[in-house]
Amino acid sequence: MFDSAPIIVGLEIGTSKICAVVGEIGAGGSLNLIGIGQARSRGVRKGEIAEPVLVEEDVRNAIAEAEQMANVEIRSVYLGVTGDHIRGFSNHGTHPVVSADREITEDDVQDAIKNAKAINLPLENSIIHAIRQHFQVDTQTGIINPVGMYGAKVEVDVHVVHGKGNRLKNSIAVVKGLQLEVEEVVFNGLASSLALLSNEQKELGSLVIDIGGGTTDYAVYADGIVKHTGVLAVGGDHVSNDLAYGLKVPLGRAEQLKLEHASAVLQPEIKGRTVDLPGQLGLPSKTINLEHLHRITSLRLEEIFELIEREISNLGWLERLRAGVFICGGGARIPQIQILAENVFQLPAYLGKTNSISGLKSALDQPEFATGIGLVRFGSLQQKRKSRGGLMQALTDVFKR
Amino acid sequence: MTTPLEKPDGASVEKTDDAAVKKNISIKVFGVGGAGCNAAGFIAQTPFENVDIMLLNTDAQALAASPVPQKWVLGQKRNRGLGTGGDPEQGRAAAEDDAARLAAFCAGADIVFIMTGLGGGTGTGAAPVMARVARESGALVLAMATLPFSFEGARRLRQAEVGLQSLKSSADAVICLPNQKLLKLLDEKTSVVETFKISNTLMADGLRGIWRLLMQTGLINVDFADLCSVTRGRHVASSFATAEAGGEKRSEQVVEKLLAHPLLDGGHVLNESDAVLVSLAGGPDLTMSEVNKIMEPLQRHCENAHLILGAAIDEAYTGRIAVTLIASSRQSAVAEPVPAGPAAEAATEPPMQFLDPATTPRPPSRLVAPPPELSSEKKEQLYHRQTGQTRKKLSRMQRELPLEIVFKGRFEKSEPTIRHGEDLDLPTYIRKGVALN
Repeated sequence: MFDSAPIIVGLEIGTSKICAVVGEIGAGGSLNLIGIGQARSRGVRKGEIAEPVLVEEDVRNAIAEAEQMANVEIRSVYLGVTGDHIRGFSNHGTHPVVSADREITEDDVQDAIKNAKAINLPLENSIIHAIRQHFQVDTQTGIINPVGMYGAKVEVDVHVVHGKGNRLKNSIAVVKGLQLEVEEVVFNGLASSLALLSNEQKELGSLVIDIGGGTTDYAVYADGIVKHTGVLAVGGDHVSNDLAYGLKVPLGRAEQLKLEHASAVLQPEIKGRTVDLPGQLGLPSKTINLEHLHRITSLRLEEIFELIEREISNLGWLERLRAGVFICGGGARIPQIQILAENVFQLPAYLGKTNSISGLKSALDQPEFATGIGLVRFGSLQQKRKSRGGLMQALTDVFKR
Repeated sequence: MTTPLEKPDGASVEKTDDAAVKKNISIKVFGVGGAGCNAAGFIAQTPFENVDIMLLNTDAQALAASPVPQKWVLGQKRNRGLGTGGDPEQGRAAAEDDAARLAAFCAGADIVFIMTGLGGGTGTGAAPVMARVARESGALVLAMATLPFSFEGARRLRQAEVGLQSLKSSADAVICLPNQKLLKLLDEKTSVVETFKISNTLMADGLRGIWRLLMQTGLINVDFADLCSVTRGRHVASSFATAEAGGEKRSEQVVEKLLAHPLLDGGHVLNESDAVLVSLAGGPDLTMSEVNKIMEPLQRHCENAHLILGAAIDEAYTGRIAVTLIASSRQSAVAEPVPAGPAAEAATEPPMQFLDPATTPRPPSRLVAPPPELSSEKKEQLYHRQTGQTRKKLSRMQRELPLEIVFKGRFEKSEPTIRHGEDLDLPTYIRKGVALN
């Protein structure tokens, strides 16, 4: 093993599965997926770590599998986080340009961003991302980078994603406990959107909804930048739980019914149809009314979409989503979920396809891996930025090649 | 029940006169029954100004063990100070025997607090009588009652329910502490003694909060009338919670403590309540933005509720904030057991109609004309038609079903996901009321 090509690993500790995705930056700077490892998750509830010992074991398995598949040694990961405690909101910061000639310097920009970040967060919360959006110089709006411009005042909008510091530390501690470095902590919703959206879609305005096991993460892009992010601690597990309760079957069977027979939309021809569950292992055989199954599933998923719709439309972003809604995560496997989303949002809805990354076709098509792949993509962007950052860094990179 | 106009208004007139007058209101605390005496005794250990504490019990032995100087054995003649054996009827009779004496105790008090534990004999039976007597002697009556643990058995629970109803009809306001909710506060190792101590502490905290609310001049004043408007005529027990915090982040901390309070079920109670009274106390350094910081999250938790805010300034609370919160909800539109009539009428009404229906006088019926003469054939026909109709009507009438307790399945142990006051962990189809045939 030589460190010839830098590898980037995304680790998602999800409620239903833990997955590690390994990407490699190729000679031309292109990103190539070379390995995936996954393990069933046992110690996570609603996206947050509940039993660290189990989680540590599961993460170890997933990482080992990924290492084996990619034939690399994993030393550091980009860690995806989610959970109900994570919130996203936009804030505005201003900074007067003080230099005599009124030229805006990098320092001014940083100060403006610092002002925008200085928000009234609860003491125990820490910032996960502070994504700068458009700058405004005096009255001129929509500026991507104001350094070198002239003006009296720089203003900036920053989208801040923050969460409870201690809960974030829990995830980090598990990874550190396995002698792995955490390069950066990334919000899952953002990672998924990175994996799914092309630049045009970001420009046109899109909503990415990642329906996971325990949480549903979402991110809104418009004008090429992140406008809003959020988490709803309701996911596929809730569908199974509702089914278990409504159909009076054990949770395991409810899970199986969801995977095999669920539908997001109630269709008229389903009326009166039933599914027979064979008796096994002491469980009696049972006949399930398919209409009930679909109704329970559909109501739950509809509610998830409605809650997101309400939040986004209150913020005024719904009209800006011209590219539509993109759905990923395990929930995207439920048939006809895009039709349900179209009905709720009144926008075109698609199942998200990961693009802008190559390799391992089988993994790329699966909606569950969107977050993992997005994490790798996030990592590659970060590394590109870093390597662009300094001359010395660039030089060392050249020599490495 | 008092007329909402007469007494609270009289009190507020008094209060608005002068701050000094307000301070001179005399308060008497009566502990009734075993639990009530314990709680009142606990309060007596940390005295506060202008408050007299007195214990009333039928059990002379238990009473003798308490260090509080003022005490009285109820119904000495009737059961020779040996207690009631858990029979509310005996407790009631004992208190009725001593009614004149009780009235003498209440003389001169402006506000009477009755602390009691419902479910047993003395508390359940005597507390409503005490409340009535105190009301008759012209005091405002506020009762704080604990409800039994559910392991104490269905009979005690039922007795407590009945006692609570009659207490509600005879006191101006009743605040309830269901002991069952305490279980959440306890861990495996908590001893029984500690458990009851916690219950007493909560009662004492609640009393102190209400005392503060009534006695201290407020920036935003809350008086007894406000308290009554929250607690009166509600069918569910009002819940209360108090919290205190100091330091720089005190407003955030105090909200956090309140929402974590076991009696509020992590804010659940707030979601369900439709009237909430919040009383803040802070030092002269209390800022409006802090009041805002406290009220905003609370408001978010009870979007549908009628929220009453009071804020008081007390030198003793410099650098700290104390919040008392009383929440109550109206469960259903069932008519009040005792209509809010004029004070005199309500006072003369026997409060124990639940326990002894025989003594309750029947209201005079309207004059009904004698039935017209009919042939037996016609009678039969009419009778059949009528019974048929009523049966049909009965079957058509839908009774209100008790709220289904939904098992949250795998989410039982995780933090609830609450959006817009709804617990999203419960199946959507149940919350939306969709029936699966």
